[in-house]
Amino acid sequence: MTMEPLILPPVPGLRGIDVYEAHGGYAMLRRAIAMKPEEVTDEVKKSGLRGRGGACFPTGLKWTFMPKQTGAQKYLCINGDESEPGTFKDRQIFEHNPHLLIEGAVIAAYAMGVGTVYLYIRGEYNRWIAMVQKAVDEAYARGYCGENILGSAFSTSLTIHRGAGAYICGEESSLMNSIEGERGYPRVKPPFPAQFGLWGCPTTINNVETIANVPVILRLGWEAYSKIGHPKHPGPILVGVSGHVNSPGVFELPTGVLLTDIIYKYAGGVPGNKRIKAVIPGGSSTMILRGEALEGVTMDAEGLKAAGSSVGTAGMIVMDEDTDLIRVITRIAGFYHHESCGQCTPCREGTGWMHKILKRFESGEATMADLDLLLEVANNIEGNTICALGDAAAWPVQSMIKRFREEFEKRVKPAQAANHAGGGAPETTAFTPVTA
Amino acid sequence: MLSEQSLRKIEELKKRYPQPRSVVLAALWMWQEEHGWISREGMVEIARLLGIPEHHVYGVVSFYTMFNSEPVGRHKIEVCTNVSCMLRNSDRILAHIQDRLHIGVGQTTPDGRFTLVEAECLGSCGTAPMMQVGDEYHENLDESKVDAILSSLK
Repeated sequence: MTMEPLILPPVPGLRGIDVYEAHGGYAMLRRAIAMKPEEVTDEVKKSGLRGRGGACFPTGLKWTFMPKQTGAQKYLCINGDESEPGTFKDRQIFEHNPHLLIEGAVIAAYAMGVGTVYLYIRGEYNRWIAMVQKAVDEAYARGYCGENILGSAFSTSLTIHRGAGAYICGEESSLMNSIEGERGYPRVKPPFPAQFGLWGCPTTINNVETIANVPVILRLGWEAYSKIGHPKHPGPILVGVSGHVNSPGVFELPTGVLLTDIIYKYAGGVPGNKRIKAVIPGGSSTMILRGEALEGVTMDAEGLKAAGSSVGTAGMIVMDEDTDLIRVITRIAGFYHHESCGQCTPCREGTGWMHKILKRFESGEATMADLDLLLEVANNIEGNTICALGDAAAWPVQSMIKRFREEFEKRVKPAQAANHAGGGAPETTAFTPVTA
Repeated sequence: MLSEQSLRKIEELKKRYPQPRSVVLAALWMWQEEHGWISREGMVEIARLLGIPEHHVYGVVSFYTMFNSEPVGRHKIEVCTNVSCMLRNSDRILAHIQDRLHIGVGQTTPDGRFTLVEAECLGSCGTAPMMQVGDEYHENLDESKVDAILSSLK
């Protein structure tokens, strides 16, 4: 399972354009521009690249949704809003290899006939925005971006759009509204962005890491790329590991790597050799896994689906045996409540209710009926909202109840727990009439 | 008022989008950088510069959490308390700062030096616990590191 790093090679000074060029940088843009745009898309399609933002949608296929013959402007948005708790991978690309991202962006723009690219970066990353802006300026100065790129007839602009603190803007339609200067409300789909995106024009939205893979595909060729990692979800993947591990960080690994290898071989194992109680495999919205169930599970769309979760953004959060999972899920629920944009009632109200109920568990005030209520609220959010934030809020709660029911039962008021354990013995409290 | 430099930058940015409204976030950032927070005057001015309704600018300011709609201290301290930081004792960092500055979350020191807030995940999970002060990320924190950082901020 060894692989030379392709997205984050350990080359000192790679952020500067001279070093990037000396290591073959922008040669793939040169190659792409000599190809027909549809040949570039085809290469990406055959490589098997799937989006790294969480949905794992095949990238090349997404590109083909863009209309070829159209009088309208076409747009490419690159999603660097990176705000899913446990995720800190795109930041490494901004810091260590921004030109790979820019090269990929211009190649993608060429493939789709796009003349305007917006790179959306979360507002908190201002230091990293400055690094990427410097790289963009360098790329413009050397003719890799702007008018008549490398002397060809192809032109595209690239503009960084700074966010201002809203998790929801990582949702693609919300991101477009934010670029249009609106509040970041998600849009109803359909129509899908490829038909009706920015200002009603055809638009594609890709994650930062996805776009950074594009020059790599051209360099290796689709066939060699498709052989990296899992055949159904190939390529290098940036895995972020945080929580209770000795060496947290971002590791570039082939997909299909074992979760246990990620934790023990790359992230240095658990401090004090403690047992792992739980792992959130791909950012806070992905379903939690029990520590005992990690054996044989791999980091790719298929492996994590089989294990009852998803790859998400590959931001793993590791929790040792002493972790208070009720506190963890209460914090996660609080996050989604805070970040709900408020457009859809099930999410706006439901995330708040879940947080309140969970706070009762945290403080030992909950009853067994609260557990059923919590699940009911979660089930009523899932699938009933405009965007996936509702699902993202429901999944962690649902999976925590399903896989760690005992943690909730331990936290209900003692008498209530005993009552429930006894098969729900009938209430024997005498009815007391209330008199005014 | 915005500086000449910011006004020029706004004009340049307008060319990057089909509608000037898209520049609202960037313009608000410039105002906040120059004034520390976004006053009603700022919203009116930006609405005028972009030719959009004042209520629209207000709607944007109130939606995005990074815009300060009231004055804040010279240094805004944002302590991440989301899961990855929580697992690495961000609560101790937050409590330590509160003790040291004698303020609670959401408050500003009487001398106007610090404002303390809790933040959602700032993308620093591998270097937790962390806090952001201005644009600066301070990572792998412990109490003594926090003390050194606070002392260095005037």
